[in-house]
Amino acid sequence: MNAYWLSRDRLDALLEALKRRGYRVIGPVMREGLPTLAPLERARDLPWGVEARAAPGRYEVREDAPKARAFDFVLTPQGWKRLLFPPERLLFRVRRTDLGYEVTTPDPEAEPPLALFGVRPCELRAIQIHDRVLSQGPFADEAYTARRRAAFIVVVQCTRSLETCFCASVGTGPEAREGFDLALTEVTDGFVVVSGSFKGADLLQEMDLPEATEAQQREAREAVARAARSQRRRLDPQGLRDLLYGNLESPLWQEIGERCIGCGNCTMVCPTCFCTTVEDGSDLSGREAWRIQRWDSCFSVEYAYIHGGSIRRSVASRYRQWLTHKLAGWQDQFGTLGCVGCGRCIVWCPVGIDLTEEVARFREQHAAVAAQEEQP
Amino acid sequence: MRRKPRIAVWKFASCDGCQLSLLDLEDHLLEIADAVDIAYFLEASRATKPGPYDISLVEGSITTPHDRRRILQIRRQSRFLVTIGACATAGGIQALRNFRKVQEFVRLVYAHPEYIDTLEHSHPVSDFVPVDFELRGCPVNKYQVLELVSALLAGRRPRVPRYSLCQECKRRGLACVMVTRNEPCLGPIVQAGCGALCPAYHRPCFGCFGPAEGAQVAALAQELRRRGRSGPEVVRLLRTFNAWAPEFREESVRHEGA
Ligand code: SF4
Ligand code: SF4
Ligand code: SF4
Repeated sequence: MNAYWLSRDRLDALLEALKRRGYRVIGPVMREGLPTLAPLERARDLPWGVEARAAPGRYEVREDAPKARAFDFVLTPQGWKRLLFPPERLLFRVRRTDLGYEVTTPDPEAEPPLALFGVRPCELRAIQIHDRVLSQGPFADEAYTARRRAAFIVVVQCTRSLETCFCASVGTGPEAREGFDLALTEVTDGFVVVSGSFKGADLLQEMDLPEATEAQQREAREAVARAARSQRRRLDPQGLRDLLYGNLESPLWQEIGERCIGCGNCTMVCPTCFCTTVEDGSDLSGREAWRIQRWDSCFSVEYAYIHGGSIRRSVASRYRQWLTHKLAGWQDQFGTLGCVGCGRCIVWCPVGIDLTEEVARFREQHAAVAAQEEQP
Repeated sequence: MRRKPRIAVWKFASCDGCQLSLLDLEDHLLEIADAVDIAYFLEASRATKPGPYDISLVEGSITTPHDRRRILQIRRQSRFLVTIGACATAGGIQALRNFRKVQEFVRLVYAHPEYIDTLEHSHPVSDFVPVDFELRGCPVNKYQVLELVSALLAGRRPRVPRYSLCQECKRRGLACVMVTRNEPCLGPIVQAGCGALCPAYHRPCFGCFGPAEGAQVAALAQELRRRGRSGPEVVRLLRTFNAWAPEFREESVRHEGA
């Protein structure tokens, strides 16, 4: 794979090249003091000199970092999920007519294709998981599939991690191996770029960039490796499935249930959570009706409502559902973990529940029980 | 054609804000008048028609023996009885008096306390009659009112969420004020429906929609204390428009004097 050199002053040329190809470019820009994914017009709108600090239940930004760097914020509060898989979408509309009724459905192909600029490696992995869940099963979501097929993905590998990141331990980052069109790495004077698809290679060829020097490539590799080494949080995937399935009745769930407020923020920010519900509406005149799909959360009582009532009344049972699906059931269903190690659920949980810590406690408890059983 | 369903709007102890929200449905008022027969709505018209009514929208809490008799009569005349707003649903801000002896206030406030005939508490309507549906908020969200009427006309269940405000807040793409600003937001325990109005203006939710289904009030209160809020502050946060909602009331009592 050839690596090229994109100096900071050529970023605009890259954005222009994407726009010329008809893409609507979305990337991180500052909105109300926070890095936010929104239409990206010019490179100078990127969050230059913005550093985010994250901890369980806390997120803040400092804007006094060196202005030479645009991606040290690492992760925006919400990710790309809402762009490819929006929180709410119209499925169809029905109107009464003289002869009967008429159904209209929105056409996802009518939207301009998206260029996602600045996807982090863990976020890319989450998109690949969504591909599996939303596009490759027997009930594909056509809107997601169409949007995704048309999208151009520019990854920016991480040269800085947040305190809550643990991609290195689950093997989803901070480098990206495949699945992108272009991957950038931010180093001292600019970016090292590689392409990962024909679309990406074609665009690089048009831009006619110089090759990156050996020194530039080494700096990029080392910066990414340093970010990996800086991560303190870990989630060990080894034996995770059996650990959780083997502890469904553990008293630890009740203990977590005393802290969890059941708000569902974790599922909303998680880049892989994909649950939706459908709701029907109708107007006053009874001439028009519609159906909407909307993000749902396993933390709502109503989510588990079946004939006669909800089967998960306690918040402990709802947290158990979430964690065991994410880390165990997902493996049976989709062949991967449902967690990519982004840490967003840790940051945006108002009470700061940290799944890596909870899993570690299950491991400890499990080890303690095993040790006891071994004693004669 | 079917006869138009008859709607009545009633007022008890309240500020009229919810009724104003109905009138604020400007763009839809003609459509509403087309679809239903507004038979009794003093805030809008002095012309009234006698019952029975298909839908009664009730604003305000029950605070006097006279009102208690009136709500029983209204219930008898109504097919669907829907409470609108925090007063009718949970007792309203005036239920703050429920935490003290009402006679103390009466003595302090009125020159002639002997003329005051009041109940000991400010009651939600559901304390006296069965309620078919509740619309939360102080005031109600006018689009929920529109949805309620549309749903009842179509014979379907109104789409009114029972889950937490946080879900609506995140769907709207807002950054959490608790996480970014350490504001004491009640969103995690409050029912969605307002569209996350306060967080959109960097304000913490103060709970005018009342408790969400399955609200973990104690866990949130514990977190607010951990984030440096005192007992009296937590009491004040829980005691506003829905102070008498059982979930908020019980937890607020636990932080009194702490
Ligand atoms: S479970 Fe948490 S850390 Fe894992 S992908 Fe979801 S939000 Fe990120
Ligand atoms: S884990 Fe945190 S974010 Fe998730 S539902 Fe519980 S309290 Fe909310
Ligand atoms: S701002 Fe309030 S409502 Fe929004 S996510 Fe945070 S706690 Fe929930």
